[in-house]
Parts: sequence; C-alpha cells; structure tokens
Amino acid sequence: MSARAADTEPQLSVRDVAVRFGGILALDGVRFDLHRGQILGLIGPNGAGKTTLFNCLSRLYTPASGDIVYEGGSILSSPSHRMPVIGIGRTFQNVSLFRRLSVRDNIRVGAHSTSASDLFSESLALPWVRRQETRIDLVVAELIDYLDLADVADVPVNGLPFGTQKRVELARALAIKPGLLLLDEPAGGLNHEEVVELGRLIRQIRDERGVTVLLVEHHMGLVMSVSDKIVVLNFGRKIAEGAPPEVQSNPDVVAAYLGGSTR
Amino acid sequence: MELLIQQLVSGVATGGIYACMALSIVMIYQAIHHLNFAQGEMAMFSTFIAWQLLQWGLPYWIVIPLTVAISFSGGIAIERIVIGPLGEAAVLSHAVVFIGLYAVINSLASFIWDFTTRPFPSPFGAGSQFGNLISNQQIGMIAVTLLVLALLYAFFRYTRVGLAMRAAAENPTSARLAGIRVGLMAALGWGMAAAVGSIAGVLIAPIVFLEPNMMLSILLYGFAGAVLGGLSNPAGAVAGGFAVGVIENLAGTYVPVIGSELKLPIALLLIVIVLVFRPTGLFGRTIVQRV
Repeated sequence: MSARAADTEPQLSVRDVAVRFGGILALDGVRFDLHRGQILGLIGPNGAGKTTLFNCLSRLYTPASGDIVYEGGSILSSPSHRMPVIGIGRTFQNVSLFRRLSVRDNIRVGAHSTSASDLFSESLALPWVRRQETRIDLVVAELIDYLDLADVADVPVNGLPFGTQKRVELARALAIKPGLLLLDEPAGGLNHEEVVELGRLIRQIRDERGVTVLLVEHHMGLVMSVSDKIVVLNFGRKIAEGAPPEVQSNPDVVAAYLGGSTR
Repeated sequence: MELLIQQLVSGVATGGIYACMALSIVMIYQAIHHLNFAQGEMAMFSTFIAWQLLQWGLPYWIVIPLTVAISFSGGIAIERIVIGPLGEAAVLSHAVVFIGLYAVINSLASFIWDFTTRPFPSPFGAGSQFGNLISNQQIGMIAVTLLVLALLYAFFRYTRVGLAMRAAAENPTSARLAGIRVGLMAALGWGMAAAVGSIAGVLIAPIVFLEPNMMLSILLYGFAGAVLGGLSNPAGAVAGGFAVGVIENLAGTYVPVIGSELKLPIALLLIVIVLVFRPTGLFGRTIVQRV
C-alpha cells in the first residue's frame, strides 16, 4: 500500500515457531513475514493457534523452538515488560484494562512506558521530570481526542460500554507509540456500524501513524476489506498465505472452515 | 461529657495507629491479594530497631528516618527473597509462609532483645494540652498519621510510580505489556507497607510498651479496620481503622461488662459482623460484571 511496504527487509519475521502445551502442539512451525506499513489478517477456525501466536509475539509465551525477529533483532530474549520499548503494542480479545482507573489514567499508563524517568529523579520531581509529565499529558490528550473519548475521559472504565472500552484499550496501545500493533479480535462484541467504523479506524491508524498492524479476527467482512495480506492457520499450521481474494478461493481454506475432504 | 470527649480523642489517636496498620495490610493485599499475617511482627521488629538506635544514643530526629529507611529496605528484601518466588502459589502456601514469617520475626526479636517489657520514650514528650484533655503523645499520633496518609495519597494520585503501582495491582498482565515491571512494583509495595508499619509501631510503643508480642492486638485491630472499611479500598481501610479505635474506646468505657480486658474481642466481633452482613466492607467496591 504505502511506499515503504516495498522495503525488502521485513519488519516482523515469524520463523518456524512451535509451541507445545503438554502433548498438544498448539503451533507447529509457523512462518511468515510482515512488512512495514502492511496490515496482516491472521485467521483460522477456533483453536487454530492464533491467540497462542499473539501471546508469543507479546512475550507472554515462549516458543519451544523457532524465532521471532522484529526490526532485525530476536525478541525472545526480552521480557514482556520490554515490549513497549521495543515498539510492540497489543489489545486483548476480552479487553484487559485497569478497570478501576479512569480512561485518562489507563492511557497514561501506556504513555509512561516510553518515558525514561527513574524512581530517584521522580521522587525529587526534578525539572526534566515535570517537562516529561507535560509531554505525556499532551500524548494522552491527543489520543483521547483521536479516539473520541473526551466525554468519558475522567470516568473509571469499569462501567463503560464494551465498544468504548475497546477504544480505550486501543488508545493505551497507541500511547506507547508502537511500530507494530497487535489487535486480538477487535471486532468481537461490536455491532455492524461499529465494525465498519473500526475498519476505517484501523486503516487510518496505519496511514496516519505509520503503524504496522497484525490483526486476529473472525469477522470475515472486516479482515478481507482491511488486510493487505492474509495468513490462515489451522491446527497450529499455516495452510495458506496471500492477498484476500487468493485466500478466499483456496480449497484448503474452504475445507478448514466448512469441513470436507482436502482435495 | 469530659469523659466522653477524652475517650473520643484517645479513640481517634489509637485509631490512627490502627489506620496505619490497616493501610499496610491493604497495600500488600492489593499487590498480591493475600493477607500478610506477619505485618504486625514486621512493625514490632522495626520498633525494636528504633529502640536500639535510641539506646546507642542517636537523637530521635535521626532515629525515625533511619528506622523508616531500614524497614523499607527490609520490606523489599522480604518480597524479593520470600514472597516473590512464591508467585501464583495457592492461598494455603501463602498462609503458611506468612505464619512462618510471623514465627521467624517474633523469635528473632525475642532472641536478640529477650522478652523483657521495656518502656519506649515518647518522641513528643510527656505533657498534655487543653487541661489534660489530650496528651502531647496523642496529638503527635494524630498529626503524624494524617501526614503519612496525605503523603501516601499524593504519591498514589500524582506520581508516575504511584500510577504504575495501581495499574500493576489491578491487572498485572496488561501492566507488564505497558512496560511496567510488576515484580518491582510489588516489592515497592512491600517496602512502603513495612515503612508505614514501622511508623505505626514507633507511635504506639510508648503506650503499649515494647516487647516481642506488642503488635499482636494492634494487628487484629488493624485487620478489623481493614475489613470494616473494605480490603479493596485503601481510603476505606483508613476510615475503618479510625472507627475501630473510637468504637473500642467507647465500648470499653461505657459498656460495663466489657471494660479494658474485653476490648480485643470487640475487634474480632466486628470482623465477624462485617464479613457476615457486608463482606466487601463499608466502602468496598463490588466490581459489577457485565453479562
């Protein structure tokens, strides 16, 4: 799509990743590349290993074998709290916010991760810490505006509608200024209008903020309309990869979703 | 009338100590969702350290910050060495470790300083104000408690680390992915709880005298305060601590059968009543789950 998508070096490279839970092989040698500025849709039937792969990408799980390379370096040696610094942000399938904190504080937590202040200078409230606070306030205010959260900014997220909570989570993920954004079923629980709006928003985030997007989604209308490339998983294996029309007509994919013999 | 006011004042003064204990209990409960039975013993040990420093001839204004600093590091050390490695272990494992900590700290104090009951000099002098209505010690207790509470409020409300600690307690996974070192935040919570406990210990020691079991009843009152106010709400726990102090004093004075000997069961009775009729406490927040 964008000019940068033509870069030869992929931004994210998933290389033969395997994850085992006891006797079950949740991921079995999955491999694909994602280029800067692309939107990649990851689809597959329930239990295909999509969320497992996501959890590997945000370092909640460690693969048994294989490697994940982001911006030229393996992320497997970094703990999950380093992910914001590395530049990978994510949202969760069922929304995982700080429920008692206000919308503003939730986003603020994300924005703090990229500031470099330490406990010592913090407690002394050194001038440059205050400067940083002002910078963080600006980042937070901009995101509240960007995702249309001004009306609820100082309300605890606990009682907000699910669709709004999802926008708060997206804002928190964007607050770390990610190079790669992982979205786990962002359309789940949204109504038709909200899904259309979400598709527009995902493309807008990619275009305006230069964020690469990796999207797990069951809503086929959304995935097919928004993605540049689709990767299909089934039983932990990659069964297809390509542009949306190619994948839709792939007999293996049709079989995985509708059942029936392969070929 | 004068007796009533006097009892109210001394209720608020001891209530402040219970509030500090309740707050340390809630801070740790928020961070790891377990009740630290050893909280009182940690405070007792800190108080002994303060006493030892005073014995060595250091002035009060050096002893207090030094004790707080030592307790803070001690709290962090306990979290890093004993509690952190437990991780997500079952409730019972935590309970056993806390009882172990209780026994170890208690025995250690008895071993070093033996069981002799010692007087602890009041940092605020012996006099009293307003015609014996309130002693200097009581004024000091109330003032210091309010100062500590105000500082903690400002810390959690306005600083980056305070926000990070709240986020880590609320949702560790998300906090980690937002770049917060959850383990470090828990250790910091233990350090701060230990520091608050040490202040409570030093403030109450002139009244209950110094000996290894001095904090047992204080911990029970603090626990009652925390339960009364709600384990999920630090401000509620503080209010609960003050309330327990006042209730205990008034009941001890005005209900003939209770007297000073039966004060402690009031705390236990409060715990039972609150848990039966309002398990979340007076100010506890119930998280409403959407279905």
